[in-house]
Amino acid sequence: MGHAITRRSFLKGTLTAAGSIAATSSVARAATAMEKGEAIATLIDISKCVGCEECVHACKEANADKYPKPQKPFPKMYPKGVKAEDWSDKTDVIDRLTPYNWLYIQSATVDMNGEQKELTIPRRCMHCTNPPCVKLCPWGSAIQLDNGISRIDADICLGGAKCQTVCPWLIPQRQTGVGLYLDILPAFAGNGVMYKCDRCYNRIAEGKVPACIEACPENVQTIGPRDEILKQAHELAASMNGYIYGENENGGTNTFYVSPVPFDKLNSVIEKGKGKPHLAAVSESMGTGDKLAMAMLIAPVAGVVGAAARFYSMSKKES
Amino acid sequence: MRLNEKIIRYIYIITFTFLTLTGFAQMPIFKRYHIADIPGLGWLAQFYITHAMHYIFAAILIGLSTYICVDYILNKPKGYKITSRVYAKSIIILGLIITGGLMVFKNLSGTPYSPFMISLLDLSHLTLCMALLFYTPELQHYNS
Repeated sequence: MGHAITRRSFLKGTLTAAGSIAATSSVARAATAMEKGEAIATLIDISKCVGCEECVHACKEANADKYPKPQKPFPKMYPKGVKAEDWSDKTDVIDRLTPYNWLYIQSATVDMNGEQKELTIPRRCMHCTNPPCVKLCPWGSAIQLDNGISRIDADICLGGAKCQTVCPWLIPQRQTGVGLYLDILPAFAGNGVMYKCDRCYNRIAEGKVPACIEACPENVQTIGPRDEILKQAHELAASMNGYIYGENENGGTNTFYVSPVPFDKLNSVIEKGKGKPHLAAVSESMGTGDKLAMAMLIAPVAGVVGAAARFYSMSKKES
Repeated sequence: MRLNEKIIRYIYIITFTFLTLTGFAQMPIFKRYHIADIPGLGWLAQFYITHAMHYIFAAILIGLSTYICVDYILNKPKGYKITSRVYAKSIIILGLIITGGLMVFKNLSGTPYSPFMISLLDLSHLTLCMALLFYTPELQHYNS
């Protein structure tokens, strides 16, 4: 533990200046994109990440005010099988996503050029371009901002966890005993509030970069207008003969991972499970709905044709 | 009741039933209350399935409503009178189609609505559905 702190302190001291310069230009680019109403995106260069967890600690520090402060004991919930989810006594867990940890480092030991190498990957919400968590929330508590950030409004969320179920990576995490459901029917509806990375939307609104980006001593992440960042991701992938994850997953996201190792290979070796998202290919979750929406436009035409056909048939009979 | 009206009535009842079921299934209640555990009803807890079904039955409702309106204009029976109850139901159905249509548009990529607008549409759609449930799911004007 002492070693980790020393290492972090060292990295902080030596690389803060470089990080600040990079962050400043990121701020300018992101701010310009926001002014134009464009989406912003992040490029994560996996080859640079050293797994120091500076980003994780910075995230926890920057977002501490947003973390749940549940009331205990939790109200009884019915039917009896409904389980409370309580992370309030495990706020120091950082090896997975929790309501108190919106970013963690996933590790993968892979064979690179005949050598075993450990890659570390910062994992958080991908901020999909068409986020199912936002689109399918029945209560309107998950929202997408004009700059492409999706976030959950903790004042409105009832904790039904639908956003988690429909998320291809099962990102949002629930804390019981907090939120609006306590004021409505705590025994019969709702179960807390869902939490996930909100890309430090409040910092971005103030012209700052997300805390994880600012704190990173290795400049693993780059933020800026989506088109520009995607171009950079392709250039980076080409330069290392690497691979991109997040460009096409779930129809496109605002997070692009670039790796020297194929993502299916990474996915086969990373630890997956609750709060530990995969790196597999993901088809567009909202794709079927979008196609059916188009088909819906045909419905009134079919109705008119049907009625006209009946009118024609009846007129013919009468004559 | 003539054959055409009987068919419309049955299509309406089936459509309305599935729209209501799949609509309520957009809320995570069927799993919580173990309704989805009943054999044959597991699909009620599959959000993407109920979402697609809701769209399909919404398309049928839109088609059917258009058919009834155009048919009424073209083939209005003599001595026919629309009751106030049917007017009320028609307005509710129109409201459901409009709020539902706006939500379908919202669900397309690149159409972010304000949080207020999303909540307003969600609550309006739910309220209109509850209002319609107070009426019997019949096309009463076709019984005249």
